[in-house]
Amino acid sequence: MSVLILGATSSIARAVAEQYAKLGHSLFIAARDAAEAERIASDIAIRFDTIAKSAAFDATAFDTHLDFVDSVESQLGELSVAVVAFGAMGDQGESEGDFAAAKRVIDINYTGAVSLCEALASRFEPRKRGALIGIASVAGDRGRASNYFYGSAKGAFALYLQGLRNRLHKANVTVTTVKLGFVDTRMTFGIETKLPIASPEATAQAIVNAQRRGADTLYYPQFWWGIMGIIKAIPERVFKKLSL
Amino acid sequence: MSTNWVNKKLAGWGRYPVVEMLCARPQSPSELRQALADRGADSVLAFGLGRSYGDVGLLRHGKAILTERLDRMLAFDPESGWLRCEAGVGLAEIIKVFLPRGFFPPVVPGTQFVTVGGALANNIHGKNHHVDGCWGDHVRRVELLTASGEIVFCDKDHEPELFWATVGGLGLTGLVLSMEIRLTPVHSPHIDMETVRVNHLDEFFEVSAASADFTHTVSWIDCAKRGLKMGRGVFMRGRHAAADATLEKSPLTGVLDLVKSFADGRPFESNLLLNKLTIKAFNEAYFRIHPAGTHRSIADLHGFFFPLDAVDNWNYAYGSRGFLQYQIAVPHDPEHRVMREVLRRVSDTGMASFLAVIKEFGDQQHGGLSFPIPGVTLALDFPNYGPALFALLDTLDALVVEAGGRVYLGKDARLSRQHFRIMYPEWERWRAVRDRWDPNGVFKSELGKRLGLVD
Ligand SMILES: Cc1cc2nc3c(=O)[nH]c(=O)nc-3n(C[C@H](O)[C@H](O)[C@H](O)COP(=O)(O)OP(=O)(O)OC[C@H]3O[C@@H](n4cnc5c(N)ncnc54)[C@H](O)[C@@H]3O)c2cc1C
Ligand SMILES: NC(=O)c1ccc[n+]([C@@H]2O[C@H](COP(=O)([O-])OP(=O)(O)OC[C@H]3O[C@@H](n4cnc5c(N)ncnc54)[C@H](OP(=O)(O)O)[C@@H]3O)[C@@H](O)[C@H]2O)c1
Repeated sequence: MSVLILGATSSIARAVAEQYAKLGHSLFIAARDAAEAERIASDIAIRFDTIAKSAAFDATAFDTHLDFVDSVESQLGELSVAVVAFGAMGDQGESEGDFAAAKRVIDINYTGAVSLCEALASRFEPRKRGALIGIASVAGDRGRASNYFYGSAKGAFALYLQGLRNRLHKANVTVTTVKLGFVDTRMTFGIETKLPIASPEATAQAIVNAQRRGADTLYYPQFWWGIMGIIKAIPERVFKKLSL
Repeated sequence: MSTNWVNKKLAGWGRYPVVEMLCARPQSPSELRQALADRGADSVLAFGLGRSYGDVGLLRHGKAILTERLDRMLAFDPESGWLRCEAGVGLAEIIKVFLPRGFFPPVVPGTQFVTVGGALANNIHGKNHHVDGCWGDHVRRVELLTASGEIVFCDKDHEPELFWATVGGLGLTGLVLSMEIRLTPVHSPHIDMETVRVNHLDEFFEVSAASADFTHTVSWIDCAKRGLKMGRGVFMRGRHAAADATLEKSPLTGVLDLVKSFADGRPFESNLLLNKLTIKAFNEAYFRIHPAGTHRSIADLHGFFFPLDAVDNWNYAYGSRGFLQYQIAVPHDPEHRVMREVLRRVSDTGMASFLAVIKEFGDQQHGGLSFPIPGVTLALDFPNYGPALFALLDTLDALVVEAGGRVYLGKDARLSRQHFRIMYPEWERWRAVRDRWDPNGVFKSELGKRLGLVD
């Protein structure tokens, strides 16, 4: 079986790749930087004695995505799982002042993610097999002043995955939405919080388990499901006055 | 993207001293270069898994590069055993991946939680020093990010002086990105070992002399014992087992049970737990676990090499004051005068050492700032008793210097510049090479400043 990892330089994505490699799958490691993708692929091939190929892709080069997916399958064979892991937080302040910056955040987290999912879905659907994992965020569950460009793009992505799941259900293709809380990665390095921060390894294990049991949505760490339940329940007229 | 610097309190394994540093955690060579470029006016230093004991990996008001996520294995040749990997790869990872395939790191310290970058910077030695030398003897090429921001590949032929200064270079010649290291083929995940109870120091040297055909030797000694029992202990010797060897119960099992009575050292953090009495009791128990005479068994490799790894954070058991390890090497002397004198002074002051380890080094010459010299090495752990301990160690330094010996810098937090210069006569040559590659002091450490290796 073959697994495509999109955004492999993320510590979470790399750990997910390792989980699949450990299960004996072949990997295709895709990242923005070709040299980095190759280093990660070498590492996985050595550690797990498996096949790991690599190439560069850009989430915002929309018109290349279908060809990219086809080229991955021509090299590695039919994909059984694809993981859309890339994302970018951006700088909220910068996005407020400069629409080009805001658009970049939307393009990476939403448009690019959708574009790749569509390409993958177009290949999985007629075959009636395959699994898609999309990494969204708890930040997408409610809009907040501190990160609403990123949050809305992730929220829209989660909504998109919901629709796609509904469409692909008939085709026996599973779609798993992963809503992450804090995970110890480059994105959160040095973040100040009293909440526990999950390791990329534990997160990856939970993600792969969720995909393998055909779960629709995973909150990880799981307590975020409770936190977001409360946050979503706060009436808007109260919420708009808060700074969370 | 510019580098995200995060303020953290860092310390070596001895938790003394503790230093605040701005830390970056690069995940790729380009992020590493970016961090070096973003250092501003500060000096920088790599930080691996923090298993050196003192201040070799620390720098007040400096910037730290945490190497833990530069941990990719880049190439492996199963024919020859050569592995090329990034500097943050841990020995534990190498063992996990390669032991099932019949390979083992050429040299391992008493813990598997060190990075290959740290192993090179301290040019570490293991129980097989008398046969296989140090870590650097098995490294053929090092990729180094130097002070100018340039990446240099150095080896014995290309930039040989930089290579020489970097092996055992304490992180002060640059940031190691990757290296090629030759793994040793082994036929079994077990160790064919013997424990020999020795009753005093002379017996240790007799057993050591008679153990030349064992690839791995080390001895624990009870340094609370004085007089005729001085140097009483347990000598361990072994080799990688044959393919058909099967595990047996060994005295090591007892040691591991004793050690494992703490699952994690942190709940035991107290300045009172490890005192004269408990240290004595532990050492007594350790001795008694081992049968008198010689006992042979097939033991688990992890228990043989890394008994202390069975307890997470055992260093916390010394309390918030931290502890110091004092490791020395002195040339051979038929009377073993310095060793006796050191042990006598330690037991006289009553500042017992919880763990004491003694081993004879081989005759290899490593040079530079590398620690091992032909002779015998002794490592002692002391709770940080403060000025009284520092005074004792200063007097021991004087004895060591007089005998032509030296202190291990990878474990040091207090050696004087004056003693250091006598102990490491090649320091000037080392410094000249370093100054050529880093004329403006981009790389610095507390230890380097104290000993005059950097300004
Ligand atoms: C229980 C225990 C037993 C031990 N037994 C032994 C033993 O038997 N023999 C022995 O020799 N040592 C022994 N040690 C010491 C240990 O092997 C060394 O201190 C080793 O260097 C620790 O590696 P580290 O990755 O933790 O590095 P750190 O302690 O984090 O750093 C050590 C030095 O390496 C430098 N460094 C780390 N990475 C890089 C890099 N990428 N580029 C440049 N410089 C770098 C740092 O700047 C610092 O100067 C032992 C330590 C413990 C805790
Ligand atoms: N860490 C958390 O707490 C957390 C919480 C919720 C959700 N998430 C989500 O988890 C996923 C992984 O993030 P992370 O935390 O591991 O952070 P990360 O290290 O910043 O990972 C982000 C990844 O996205 C890639 N990327 C960015 N822009 C791209 C583009 N235009 N084209 C292709 N790839 C691009 C990055 O590649 P480069 O290396 O080339 O930049 C990197 O691999 C992201 O989707 C993130 O939103 C993380």
